Amino acid sequence: MNENRLETVFCGIKFKNPIIPASGTFGYGREYEEFYPLSSLGGISVKGTTGKRRNGNLPPRIAETPSGMLNSVGLQNPGIDSFIEKELPYLKTKNTVIIANIAGSTVSEYEEIAGKLDSTDVDMLEVNISCPNVKAGGAAFGVSCEGAGTITKIVRRATKKPVMMKLSPNVTDIASIAKACEAEGADAVSLINTLLGMRIDINIRRPILHNNVGGLSGPAVFPVAVRMVWQVANAVNIPVCGMGGVSSWEDAVEMMLAGASLIQVGAALFTDPMTPVKIIDGLEDYCRRQNTDLKDIVGTVKPW
Amino acid sequence: MKYCQGLYPIIRKENPAAEVYGLVILCPEIAAIAKCGQFVNIRIDGFTLRRPVSICEIDRQKGTLRIVFQIRGKGTDAMSLLNPGDLIDMVAPLGGRGFTLQEGANAIIIGGGIGNPPMLELAKFYGGNATVISGFRNAAAVILQEDFKSTGAKTFLCTNDGTAGEKGFVTDILGRELQTHTPDIICACGPMPMLKGVAAIAKEKGIRSEVSLEERMGCGVGGCLVCACRTVKDGEEIFAHVCKDGPVFDSKEVFPNE
Repeated sequence: MNENRLETVFCGIKFKNPIIPASGTFGYGREYEEFYPLSSLGGISVKGTTGKRRNGNLPPRIAETPSGMLNSVGLQNPGIDSFIEKELPYLKTKNTVIIANIAGSTVSEYEEIAGKLDSTDVDMLEVNISCPNVKAGGAAFGVSCEGAGTITKIVRRATKKPVMMKLSPNVTDIASIAKACEAEGADAVSLINTLLGMRIDINIRRPILHNNVGGLSGPAVFPVAVRMVWQVANAVNIPVCGMGGVSSWEDAVEMMLAGASLIQVGAALFTDPMTPVKIIDGLEDYCRRQNTDLKDIVGTVKPW
Repeated sequence: MKYCQGLYPIIRKENPAAEVYGLVILCPEIAAIAKCGQFVNIRIDGFTLRRPVSICEIDRQKGTLRIVFQIRGKGTDAMSLLNPGDLIDMVAPLGGRGFTLQEGANAIIIGGGIGNPPMLELAKFYGGNATVISGFRNAAAVILQEDFKSTGAKTFLCTNDGTAGEKGFVTDILGRELQTHTPDIICACGPMPMLKGVAAIAKEKGIRSEVSLEERMGCGVGGCLVCACRTVKDGEEIFAHVCKDGPVFDSKEVFPNE
């Protein structure tokens, strides 16, 4: 029997546990190392990185909502070259799986970034085709099977590293998008990115977010995410990384039962920065009580 | 930098003005490392986002922090219901850059409204070498005046409507004070128009100045990048983040055109 009951293999990569801070909520990890060693995490999905430095959108970029929040950061990041030069060497010393989250405004930008990462120490690529906060590219590719397939194909060709496509929930049929990614050679899919939303300040009659609209995350989206993970996991033969409102170990178990092999945690970090380590502790107890390896529960929900 | 997260007991509560509350919190591990100008991030049951609040006073001997905040919405309203004996969930001390503390220097310290609390710890540092200028909307909003006086600083009070202290704005008093003496540094916290006015005066007189900013925050530590603030450094536009790059900035970076 394996001593570490949380260990899992995903796209051929060994994860000591399935808990990963979600892209865009954890920077490149440095800030959270002040709370706990990054080596306690299964992996880290780094801030979405583009070909060139991006300043992002004007503030305010965040608005609270019932059981959640909207954000409109707009992919602020230092650019791929700076990531490779300044952030990756640091992350490499942390003994955790490094997932490079990448985003582009054009097909060739995705190709360029994936190509640059191919010869680096990142373990896998998570391809963001679902950012709701940028004008060009981003979600535009993720809302059609054709767009999602095109980006998958181009990234697949540019790298030998495992490719995980990050899907948008702002679509009619997310399972068909996942299938399009699988058909073009994706090794995995991750979902869900944020749901497009809006809040208005009733006193000044203007949107709270300067970008007018933004992405909804937090516990409010959790049931939507579980449903989509379940639909996608049943539609494809590649593994699924689930996220969207996970804030406790019970949520993580629920999403794994729906079909997720890995779990990303985002907005919950803002409520409690210790959330990932609390979830890992809770999962260990759960496996002990249920006398099971965690990977064996994936997708085992029995539908009515 | 080290962050602490935990539940800390509230040992004192005050209500110095309508909708303004103060808490003294016993948190020796935070008080030992907190710096002037930093803030705490407070979790409130039932809310996704924490509420960032500036540190008003640090007492290392007693191991306490004092915070003073205004009710701005449902979250801060719930915070105002906390009482001595209750535990408060804080992540602290946050802020990569606080106020510059220059031994033996002369400082003019300016607070506007709920921007006054973070200036108290600074006034304590400069003591008799400080001039504190506090501005409020009206007499009912005035807070912390006895505290500022007890630091030994020279103090001025003004209100927009003249119901307490002089009638006028902090920038009026600042302009007048600068006619008689030139400080080494001017530090301010308050509404953006006030900070802009202070920055313009400081630039005109060639005096170094620092401003403490506020922005809607997510993580509070620099991981989520939501609390962006447009700054210009060495001619380059940079979207800095209030939580990690601030909350205190050189006013020239925030108001490059003033």
